[in-house]
Amino acid sequence: MAEGPNQSIDHQPSAVRQAHRPELGRGAVSHQPFSDPARAPLIVCKDLSKIYRLGDVEVPALRGVNLEIQRGEFVAVMGPSGSGKSTLMNILGCLDTPTTGSYWLDGREVGREGQDELAEIRNRRIGFVFQNFNLIPRTSALENAQLPLFYRGMPLRNQRAGAAAALARVGLSGREDHYPTQLSGGQQQRVAIARALVSSPSILLADEPTGNLDTESSRGIMEVLQRLNQEDGLTIILVTHETDIAAYASREILMTDGQIVRDRWRVSAHSARASGGVVKP
Amino acid sequence: MSVSSYVFVIVLGAFRILARNSLRAGLTMLGIVVGVGSVITIVSIAQGARFSIQAHVATEGLNIIYILPGAHTLGGVRSGLGSMVTLTMQDAQELKANLPLLLDTCWSRRDPTQVIYGNQNWQTGIFAISPSCLAIKNWSFVGGGPITQTDMDSAATVAVLGQTVVENLFQADEEPTGSTIRIKNVPFRVIGVLAPKGRAPGGYDQDDIIFIPFSTAQRKVQGARAVETIAASTHRREDLPEAAEQIREVLRTRHRLQPEQPDDFVIRTQLEIEKLYEGASKTLTLFLLVVASISLLVGGVGVMNILLVSVTERTREIGVRMAVGAKRRHILIQFLIEAMTLSLVGGVVGIGFGILGARVTTVVAGWPTIISPESILAAFLFSLAIGLFFGLYPANKAARLNPIEALRYE
Repeated sequence: MAEGPNQSIDHQPSAVRQAHRPELGRGAVSHQPFSDPARAPLIVCKDLSKIYRLGDVEVPALRGVNLEIQRGEFVAVMGPSGSGKSTLMNILGCLDTPTTGSYWLDGREVGREGQDELAEIRNRRIGFVFQNFNLIPRTSALENAQLPLFYRGMPLRNQRAGAAAALARVGLSGREDHYPTQLSGGQQQRVAIARALVSSPSILLADEPTGNLDTESSRGIMEVLQRLNQEDGLTIILVTHETDIAAYASREILMTDGQIVRDRWRVSAHSARASGGVVKP
Repeated sequence: MSVSSYVFVIVLGAFRILARNSLRAGLTMLGIVVGVGSVITIVSIAQGARFSIQAHVATEGLNIIYILPGAHTLGGVRSGLGSMVTLTMQDAQELKANLPLLLDTCWSRRDPTQVIYGNQNWQTGIFAISPSCLAIKNWSFVGGGPITQTDMDSAATVAVLGQTVVENLFQADEEPTGSTIRIKNVPFRVIGVLAPKGRAPGGYDQDDIIFIPFSTAQRKVQGARAVETIAASTHRREDLPEAAEQIREVLRTRHRLQPEQPDDFVIRTQLEIEKLYEGASKTLTLFLLVVASISLLVGGVGVMNILLVSVTERTREIGVRMAVGAKRRHILIQFLIEAMTLSLVGGVVGIGFGILGARVTTVVAGWPTIISPESILAAFLFSLAIGLFFGLYPANKAARLNPIEALRYE
């Protein structure tokens, strides 16, 4: 619990729930790990549930999820469709709020915030990467990447500089003026990653980022994400169906029926990836 | 980022979206273009009409009251206006003598007659007048002088010509003053040429006219006998209504009308005539403005419709914008600005067409038109307001989208 952001690999809990840890969720201020924000977990979910109402029927999408993610982790969330992973991502991404339970992001409870506050949090702390890229059509790569800074109200010159730097980080220097239609799928997804990076977020949420890409492009995207995680210490949460994509992550969470049924760290994958080898999980 | 550069980026984006669907945007703007264009044209015609009425009133002479023969009822048979000879030159003289509010009075009659000069001839209105009519109706001279009391007393065969008559009877190098024209075979010496007054708002040519002394018409020209119109002028414009009432009382007494009998004359003050003109042009203007407003309304609904389509088409984009931190008001403002850009471009094009329409009206129909900066500004602001009003619903719809559903929208 007391490790630095990039050392979570050394700490290997018993690959199950961390829900029963008493300090989670309550007594945060008084407890030692929380007194130093930099050492507190980046994400703490306590007993999250989400219930959708379809007419008179209540459909539970999440049923008591407890989760703690440290700074610098690279987490893959897996599970069949309908297992609640999208709902969990929406809540973690502050697009949605839980029905019950609480969600702390960076030491601040955000599960009960209003729409504008959530937008503010998304703008400053969260970067999204979607399966279908979701770039704004007929808008240049630079302008797409600028978008979060635009809504932050930054001066135009700084927006451009920030977006250009973000594009450079994903290897798209020189393509600032390209439109989405002029870019390959892999390049479009890199623009989307640049858009997520530009606001220096606390977490990057990637929802099946390789779902629409061929094997070659997928590998490129995953290598970009892995590099961002290892070199820049960016916390990444990745939703995927594919085990070889999940293998890039250092931690794998399996969800079924709105609950986390398995949570494990993978040492070998992490180090093997870093040295360029291929490890099948 | 300042608000203005934020708006600038949004407006730029709005123009890009319009350019992307330029045909669609053009069709949407059509209603606004037609509406704004017709408003501009109509207002320019109305203002031109008002200006020409005011100009006419100034040339017409100031503070005039006209007295015309009225309908006469005889044994239950009612004749039309002017059907009876009820006014006399004595009436006019009595009015002037008895009513201190009046500056002057005069009497006249008009007979359309053929006029001959050399080998030219021209049909015009011959006004037989008492001398003061020229002053009351504010005529001025470019050559020669007016009919005098001496001419009147001696029934002199002298005539004063309007510009149109001069143009039609004389060559450009001929001097009308001093020459002799023939009216019903009676030779008349031209003693004066009038300065032009132009067309009246009704369209008739005020310069197509000849004045001769009333006494001459009575004694030397066939068929011209009775007084047709008495004109009176007051010292002050505000005296017109009261003077009209006093004239009515004097005339009723002189004509020995019983209290139950209606007037056998009609009194029109200049104020009433102006109101008549203005009333007619106002009614027409109002009617046309209603038509133009309907066009603007349709244009506004078109803007709303196309925006609703746009919001649906761009649901995913709205979802993305929300995901990266756009607040509801950002989305609202974006779509409002798009609506206003659409209606404003339509408005500007409409202003252009409106000015063109006004020019065409002046050239083709010969109506005076005036384009005022106020009407252009009003059209500009009005098209903005249309965009704002009709953009509000679609923009609000966009701003209320749930980001999760918007992102998932196919």
